[in-house]
Amino acid sequence: MSVDVSKVATTNGSTPATTKGAQRAGAIANWADERLGLGSAMKKNIRKVFPDHWSFMLGEIALWSFVVLLLTGVFLTLWFDPSMTEIQYNGSYDPLRGVHMSSAMASTLDISFDVRGGLLMRQMHHWAAMIFIASMMIHMLRVYLTGAFRKPREVNWIIGCLLLLLGTIEGFTGYSLPDDLLSGTGVRAADGFMKATPVVGTYMSFFLFGGEFPGDAIIPRFYAMHILLIPGLLLALIAAHMLLLVYHKHTQWPGPGRTEQNVVGYPMLPVYAAKAGGFFFIVFGVTALMGGLFSINNVWKLGPYDPSKVTAGSQPDWYMGWPDGLLRIIPPWETHLWGITISWNVMLPILVMPPLMLMILMALPFIESWLTGDKREHHLLQRPRNAPTRTAIMVALMTFYGLSWAAGGNDIIAIKLHLSINQITYFMRGAVFIGPVIAFIITRRWCISLQRHDEGKLLHGFESGVLVRSPEGGYAEKHLPLPEGQAYTLTARDDDPVPETPEQIEASGATGRDLRARKLRARLATLFFADNVQKPTAEEIHEAQHHAEHELHELESQIAAGPNRHGPADH
Amino acid sequence: MRLLNRSAGRLSRHRRGPIAGLLVLVCGLLLTGGMYAAFAPAQADSNQSQEELVKEGRELFLVGCAFCHGQNGEGVLTQGGSQYGPALTDVGSAAVDFQVGTGRMPMAQPGAQAPRKEVVYTKDEIAALSAYVGSLGTGPQIPDAELYSTDGMSQKDVDELVSRGGQIFLANCTACHNFEGSGGAMPRGGFAPKIRGVDSKHIYEAMLTGPQSMDTFSDGNIPPEDKKAVIAYLNELNDAPSYSGFTLGSLGPVSEGIIAWVGGLGILVGFAVWIAAHTTRSSKKKDEAAA
Repeated sequence: MSVDVSKVATTNGSTPATTKGAQRAGAIANWADERLGLGSAMKKNIRKVFPDHWSFMLGEIALWSFVVLLLTGVFLTLWFDPSMTEIQYNGSYDPLRGVHMSSAMASTLDISFDVRGGLLMRQMHHWAAMIFIASMMIHMLRVYLTGAFRKPREVNWIIGCLLLLLGTIEGFTGYSLPDDLLSGTGVRAADGFMKATPVVGTYMSFFLFGGEFPGDAIIPRFYAMHILLIPGLLLALIAAHMLLLVYHKHTQWPGPGRTEQNVVGYPMLPVYAAKAGGFFFIVFGVTALMGGLFSINNVWKLGPYDPSKVTAGSQPDWYMGWPDGLLRIIPPWETHLWGITISWNVMLPILVMPPLMLMILMALPFIESWLTGDKREHHLLQRPRNAPTRTAIMVALMTFYGLSWAAGGNDIIAIKLHLSINQITYFMRGAVFIGPVIAFIITRRWCISLQRHDEGKLLHGFESGVLVRSPEGGYAEKHLPLPEGQAYTLTARDDDPVPETPEQIEASGATGRDLRARKLRARLATLFFADNVQKPTAEEIHEAQHHAEHELHELESQIAAGPNRHGPADH
Repeated sequence: MRLLNRSAGRLSRHRRGPIAGLLVLVCGLLLTGGMYAAFAPAQADSNQSQEELVKEGRELFLVGCAFCHGQNGEGVLTQGGSQYGPALTDVGSAAVDFQVGTGRMPMAQPGAQAPRKEVVYTKDEIAALSAYVGSLGTGPQIPDAELYSTDGMSQKDVDELVSRGGQIFLANCTACHNFEGSGGAMPRGGFAPKIRGVDSKHIYEAMLTGPQSMDTFSDGNIPPEDKKAVIAYLNELNDAPSYSGFTLGSLGPVSEGIIAWVGGLGILVGFAVWIAAHTTRSSKKKDEAAA
């Protein structure tokens, strides 16, 4: 390979090398660099390396759909009137003409029917919101299942959880703004949830609504939250999330040449700028197609909110579906004390469960690092199978979430699958408890089986597809040793730590609370790592390689002997 | 003229005669009878055919309905005290026209609710069955077309009717039938069926008779004019183009959520896989030079 020397200075003169000729881009860049110091700031960052894997781009879907939300949202604010003043609708949609409604609803109808491109923007905004939260969730699953939440990324994990929470609240306030029948039903439900809070419930409700529901303050208040407060917080947290990402550097899958100290991949410029920038246009395009092709929240069919009206199929948007599902299946538990009703049937599913799930989510990294005693930095990811209990915990949580979520659509399931809504409810009451346990056990054993499969491949090679007939007439498939790179990737993981034994803890002289905590920790860690398959030792692999060489040699001689002629047969 | 006068005079001479009164009476009777005969036969015939219709309906009823509803529509109780089929003595012909006309009756099998299915009887047979069951007692009659049809109304009146009907629909019907008449779930396997694309007459009859789990919306509850408005609104929903694209069954946020996850996120994850799989592409020439 010849070396390109065209850019190398030709003299040892005292003048610094400059770009040749009057290149306009170079001149502009130089002008900016001399005044803003961009060069030194960008020098490091434009060469920042990112590893390549599809699962690393899930968070990007969230980021780009957030950008779509900002763009379409700004468009909508130009025409939306966040007021609950009652007016008579006189726009283009005939079946509602003359109907009394709030200005918010009327302006939503105007956006839909009288503003050019308004309906497309409304639908894009709504679809992007659904995708925004969904992509945050699958991004979170990826981070958890690959162990990317471990030190030093715990804080970023928490920021991510907060983003999920804020996204959900942002979605709910947006759902409530048009003041159509679904919005109003949702706000009424939220009012009921607040009022189910013991002691302060009514005060909270009166505080939020500025009096009795619905009042005329709730939509302007939600509007301020929806377009100013929460987006501001979201932007700040997203910025923090990404700064930390840059600071920590991206995690990568283990493989040849990849260590805890480096990142193997492609630089920001030109590769990732193109990939990520291109992905923005794809996200924008998919959202635009959905906004153009699929209808979402047809407010003109729902009509303006009116407390005397309700519709079948009144569901929240998907991300609020799981608490709604729990609300639908919980038995009617209430306690009456001194003339006060404590509504467990509302409090447990709505006021207790969602915050509890969020706490569990945020605590997961800390519980795991306490339990395993692992305080090291991790930049290499783990395959889900190599942390069977962790994977099983998340799958159990997902199962709980999924079943609760399905319960939120119990009426639609009933009419579409011709089932009794009562039977669905009874089934779900049991399933939300039993399902996660079954999912936990199956996932854990499944992961361990996959670990065994990896071990088998390492020690006995992969299935070559070559069938050999022995002199006795039996057939056997020959296994060939894994290529070195693959074998390296499979073994590039740490052995699980060995939990302390009770004797070790006693011997350490710990007493009292400390002793009890360490014993509990040791017990939990034993359960956490129980039955995991550790990677083979170097000797085992050498022996396996030796065996494989022998086998390969034998196979070759058998093939050389040709069909129907027996080669050397020693077994 | 003279002739006329002469004959009138001749007739007039007898006008006070002993038989004149009788003659006039006979003439009068003949005329009335003749007139009646000339104009009333339709009525007389239809009376006769109404009887025949009821008779024909009874024949059909004995074959297709009596097993559950009893030979005289009195209903059949099971040993447990529940019903095979309820008594039909006061349901009225409108109920039969609805149940049989939409294929709900005869039921294919016992169940929580009779679903809409292919209609088994012909139009004439349905008329006969309705007539027979209607003859068993009181109950709403099959409505005339003018009660539910907007034919002949001006566009402005129809628009007004639609707008009013929408509000009545949202106040009374959507709680079970969904905001676009896509249907909804009822307890114990029951359901409020989809009511988009249903014949106007059948919607009117359903409101009038309250089939299965549905309430009866009597004329005192929703006056005929309002029923017509609801039907006009539903027809408008049917006829209006979908302004916003595919409606995904018009089921509300559940189907939207499914599309967001499977359609939207599914496609985007697919693109992520595609982007990650296509890494920097070096030109073929360069690859060969390196090799």
